[in-house]
Amino acid sequence: MAVCIAVIAKENYPLYIRSTPTENELKFHYMVHTSLDVVDEKISAMGKALVDQRELYLGLLYPTEDYKVYGYVTNSKVKFVMVVDSSNTALRDNEIRSMFRKLHNSYTDVMCNPFYNPGDRIQSSRAFDNMVTSMMIQVC
Amino acid sequence: MDASEEPLPPVIYTMENKPIVTCAGDQNLFTSVYPTLSQQLPREPMEWRRSYGRAPKMIHLESNFVQFKEELLPKEGNKALLTFPFLHIYWTECCDTEVYKATVKDDLTKWQNVLKAHSSVDWLIVIVENDAKKKNKTNILPRTSIVDKIRNDFCNKQSDRCVVLSDPLKDSSRTQESWNAFLTKLRTLLLMSFTKNLGKFEDDMRTLREKRTEPGWSFCEYFMVQEELAFVFEMLQQFEDALVQYDELDALFSQYVVNFGAGDGANWLTFFCQPVKSWNGLILRKPIDMEKRESIQRREATLLDLRSYLFSRQCTLLLFLQRPWEVAQRALELLHNCVQELKLLEVSVPPGALDCWVFLSCLEVLQRIEGCCDRAQIDSNIAHTVGLWSYATEKLKSLGYLCGLVSEKGPNSEDLNRTVDLLAGLGAERPETANTAQSPYKKLKEALSSVEAFEKHYLDLSHATIEMYTSIGRIRSAKFVGKDLAEFYMRKKAPQKAEIYLQGALKNYLAEGWALPITHTRKQLAECQKHLGQIENYLQTSSLLASDHHLTEEERKHFCQEILDFASQPSDSPGHKIVLPMHSFAQLRDLHFDPSNAVVHVGGVLCVEITMYSQMPVPVHVEQIVVNVHFSIEKNSYRKTAEWLTKHKTSNGIINFPPETAPFPVSQNSLPALELYEMFERSPSDNSLNTTGIICRNVHMLLRRQESSSSLEMPSGVALEEGAHVLRCSHVTLEPGANQITFRTQAKEPGTYTLRQLCASVGSVWFVLPHIYPIVQYDVYSQEPQLHVEPLADSLLAGIPQRVKFTVTTGHYTIKNGDSLQLSNAEAMLILCQAESRAVVYSNTREQSSEAALRIQSSDKVTSISLPVAPAYHVIEFELEVLSLPSAPALGGESDMLGMAEPHRKHKDKQRTGRCMVTTDHKVSIDCPWSIYSTVIALTFSVPFRTTHSLLSSGTRKYVQVCVQNLSELDFQLSDSYLVDTGDSTDLQLVPLNTQSQQPIYSKQSVFFVWELKWTEEPPPSLHCRFSVGFSPASEEQLSISLKPYTYEFKVENFFTLYNVKAEIFPPSGMEYCRTGSLCSLEVLITRLSDLLEVDKDEALTESDEHFSTKLMYEVVDNSSNWAVCGKSCGVISMPVAARATHRVHMEVMPLFAGYLPLPDVRLFKYLPHHSAHSSQLDADSWIENDSLSVDKHGDDQPDSSSLKSRGSVHSACSSEHKGLPMPRLQALPAGQVFNSSSGTQVLVIPSQDDHVLEVSVT
Repeated sequence: MAVCIAVIAKENYPLYIRSTPTENELKFHYMVHTSLDVVDEKISAMGKALVDQRELYLGLLYPTEDYKVYGYVTNSKVKFVMVVDSSNTALRDNEIRSMFRKLHNSYTDVMCNPFYNPGDRIQSSRAFDNMVTSMMIQVC
Repeated sequence: MDASEEPLPPVIYTMENKPIVTCAGDQNLFTSVYPTLSQQLPREPMEWRRSYGRAPKMIHLESNFVQFKEELLPKEGNKALLTFPFLHIYWTECCDTEVYKATVKDDLTKWQNVLKAHSSVDWLIVIVENDAKKKNKTNILPRTSIVDKIRNDFCNKQSDRCVVLSDPLKDSSRTQESWNAFLTKLRTLLLMSFTKNLGKFEDDMRTLREKRTEPGWSFCEYFMVQEELAFVFEMLQQFEDALVQYDELDALFSQYVVNFGAGDGANWLTFFCQPVKSWNGLILRKPIDMEKRESIQRREATLLDLRSYLFSRQCTLLLFLQRPWEVAQRALELLHNCVQELKLLEVSVPPGALDCWVFLSCLEVLQRIEGCCDRAQIDSNIAHTVGLWSYATEKLKSLGYLCGLVSEKGPNSEDLNRTVDLLAGLGAERPETANTAQSPYKKLKEALSSVEAFEKHYLDLSHATIEMYTSIGRIRSAKFVGKDLAEFYMRKKAPQKAEIYLQGALKNYLAEGWALPITHTRKQLAECQKHLGQIENYLQTSSLLASDHHLTEEERKHFCQEILDFASQPSDSPGHKIVLPMHSFAQLRDLHFDPSNAVVHVGGVLCVEITMYSQMPVPVHVEQIVVNVHFSIEKNSYRKTAEWLTKHKTSNGIINFPPETAPFPVSQNSLPALELYEMFERSPSDNSLNTTGIICRNVHMLLRRQESSSSLEMPSGVALEEGAHVLRCSHVTLEPGANQITFRTQAKEPGTYTLRQLCASVGSVWFVLPHIYPIVQYDVYSQEPQLHVEPLADSLLAGIPQRVKFTVTTGHYTIKNGDSLQLSNAEAMLILCQAESRAVVYSNTREQSSEAALRIQSSDKVTSISLPVAPAYHVIEFELEVLSLPSAPALGGESDMLGMAEPHRKHKDKQRTGRCMVTTDHKVSIDCPWSIYSTVIALTFSVPFRTTHSLLSSGTRKYVQVCVQNLSELDFQLSDSYLVDTGDSTDLQLVPLNTQSQQPIYSKQSVFFVWELKWTEEPPPSLHCRFSVGFSPASEEQLSISLKPYTYEFKVENFFTLYNVKAEIFPPSGMEYCRTGSLCSLEVLITRLSDLLEVDKDEALTESDEHFSTKLMYEVVDNSSNWAVCGKSCGVISMPVAARATHRVHMEVMPLFAGYLPLPDVRLFKYLPHHSAHSSQLDADSWIENDSLSVDKHGDDQPDSSSLKSRGSVHSACSSEHKGLPMPRLQALPAGQVFNSSSGTQVLVIPSQDDHVLEVSVT
């Protein structure tokens, strides 16, 4: 499963970023931040296509020796980044895609909360935390 | 028969990747057509249809034509395709039946038998026709052709297996047509054979793969089989299909590795688990690396060998497919995957070996791509290759750290041994790159040879990677590589070079709000700044880190201690200060004023209590906290009076400051909104609008935020303001969290004070909040002592006690013991002393502070009021009672004329102007102890009553009426009214006709009093009267003192009745009533009632033969327009001055209306002629009527009777008047001298006769 899940605002600051184990969270912060370069490239490339129903899933952003970084972007330019361990070869593209869709639905619920200010960090949504936790648990 | 067979050339088998076609029969014939055949065969494409739903493709067929030998045919079980002959062709140009029967037939039979023996059914017989040879046989008539014979003998039902090629060496249309047919047939047969054999091969391969779970199965064996299929596709130039074969092999192997990691390993995988002994990187410069291929075939290849060979084949095919960028992408994935697979297979690898392999492979791939593309293509596709550059940089860095090439002291012996071992694993350089100066092998060998060489190579790679990332817009990746480079520079003790990269990365993280990278980069930057000796920068970074909650407590304390250590050490220059922004040290949360409205008087004490939230993890002792205050005197200082300030600046005195939750902007939307206000400025004189505009209050907030975001890590150039006005608090210890700090200051100069800067000094380190916002101001005012006296009622009334309130505003003056107010006494106003008077002292916030008894001492001229003791800026209030004596105002000597019941017009005007109350001003001069000048206060009293009088007559009886009107709002009680004669007459009596002794008079109402005049002898010429009445407010039962009565003095002159006028109207003669429109008789009877009196002695009086007579003028006036006077309406008569003398005047009048009509008015005037000589000639017994005279009706109100008594003076006046011809004058008679006895009488007038009546009937 995912070792790091991040929700990035339109202005490229983190709304939510969580990683496991927490000792290496700095490394994941750097990794996710660097991956925004590729996200911006893919978004601008998609924009040139001028398709109405754009693909939200950006696919593999870039591989590293130990991890694979996948991207997803909503219609409102909020980016989701998911980092998966390279040794976890059981994860397929379809599974990554469905995880992103579930993350998107949960994020939509957070946005529908009238007490949540758009642009604030997501830090008081228990449902969102539980959903992220479920995607981070190692199923073996 | 003449044909002789040439000797066969030796068989040449080459790996040219073309399908093999064998040629039997006439070799010389084949040699002659081979050039054309090999040229024309691939010219036209053929549609290749395949099974399993794969799309058909258009391919160009080429062949490798070889001489037929039996050993070329595959043996049973041989599945090789590269050496498989797909088609067999027999060439002959025999055209003689006998030759065919003798030799060719037997040769064909033998060829066929060999093919059948090897189960080969793909063959073709080509008969070349030559017209030259046909000419030799023209003499013999053939019965059947050779083609038909061959078809009958060998083709059976497959007649298309025998084709004719006519004159192939000629250039004619027939020849071309023949070639086309032959080539089409050749391509078709070749493709059919190829398809059939390829399908069989694929089936065999698939069967072999299905047996992979069997014990004896081997991946290497299967690898060879599938790769042969790939070779076949490559032979047909189907590179895509060939690539698919290698991808399938790749995926199959990867799956087995994954299964091995999961515990389900195949036996053949153990061959790939042997330790890695060589790490010389990928080999991409050969189309086929036969050495590695043979090692795979022998099952001796390592994992890296297999991966290297596999990728080299994929690379070759991708380059054939013109996809070099996919090579780069696949290479990166491959390198990552190899590292993972070695871990999964638990292969032991020496330290650094994989790094060498990855580094060499990256450079090999990059150089291979550069060899296929030009510079422009490479520059426009950096996005595809930058990953390899970055990966190579990363691995080179890792090798440098491993071999001790980055350490300060250089490599030690252990590092050197490790380096030697790594270089040994590289082996010798390959022949392909031996002559290349910048081969990957040479680069790595050189980089690991020395510290300097490593630094050069590493910096080159890093800078190249950063430039590439920057050029394609991947700024974050470029910054991240820059951080690695900064780390290298820090290890090499070059912090000045590391700072640039750290600052750039930190700026990026701050702009996008990433907390953990910010903290981590700041720590690196702090170390860098410390080494560089940048004290200010280092301290600022330390303060930011000390307040960063993402650091551990120990780290925060460390950075805080760094600041404290520097602050405590003595500075080289005593006046030197380090100025840092305050927001990372402490935050200003709220501010509280005492007094809460932030208004204080000069000398007063103002307290400012602030809450500072310390961001430091430990208590910090601050030497002093200073607030710099800007002092300004307001231009519109007229509004800044004490009253205005105390009324308009009311607030709770608490100001909250928005906390800066993060040192970077969370979002652009969270910037503070513009605070726009309308500004109006009015002139102080007439309050007219002078200036208007719109100002932005928080413009500095927007500018400050931009500034702080751009140069947050640098000292923000805070200018320390050294103003003259400061609020200071010394030796404060700031605990972590909220701290309460109180400033006390004494107000000195009046004006507006604005808190500008907040500074906290810790030794030589100053933390400064450069601009306190929102604006915090307090006002200081100074006030002069003031005395204010105001009546408690709307207006002060004369005659009754009235309460007046004294307000003493001390201002800056302190009332001492013994100070008093000295009031001068006014003659008509009394200051009443009361024993219960008390004074109350208030503070400037309207809080009662004390109360004292008021001591009042009064003397003849001065009333002294002792003031209670009161400090500065307090208010003393007390009330006094004052009494203004009531008196009627003097009428200027003018007295009303007595006489007629209806007042004259002049009297009406006077009454109209007198409706308002008459006022009296009393000026009091007050000496105050704080000034040498007296304060003059004017108190205005209003007289509540207005009094008028009139003279009433009834014949010779006389009455005096006095009217008192209450003009005030109060109700009064009148009592004890008196009217007394102040003259010397003793025989005159004033008989009161009033019955009540107590008479209420309500507001806006009048009360009338009447007295009758009675005398025994001759009436006096004038009467001086004084009217007095006691009064008191009706609501008060008892007053403290008795009030003086209200008095009104007036004078009545000429009140004796002289004439009686009586008018009478008679109907026409013979009629009983007067009729409208008919003339009636008006008889006016004027009767003298007394003999000669003193009042008659004027110029109108004449004397002749013991008789006196005076001239009167009568006038009939109809005010109601009820009568029309026909004929004369006025006349002058000579009236004898004797009792009961009567004069009768007859006139005719006409009534205009029917009903009871009042009689016309008859008025009398005294006629004063100026020609006395003429009048002396008049007959005393005759009455002369001078209707033609025009008279001046304005009489002289001041007759001088004494001057007209002497005859001599009359004569002299007549003579002078005679010369100038002056006009006669009329003098009105006083109201009391004429009594109209017909007043109120009415006459009945009936309507006209019947002929004036209109009859109207309505149906």
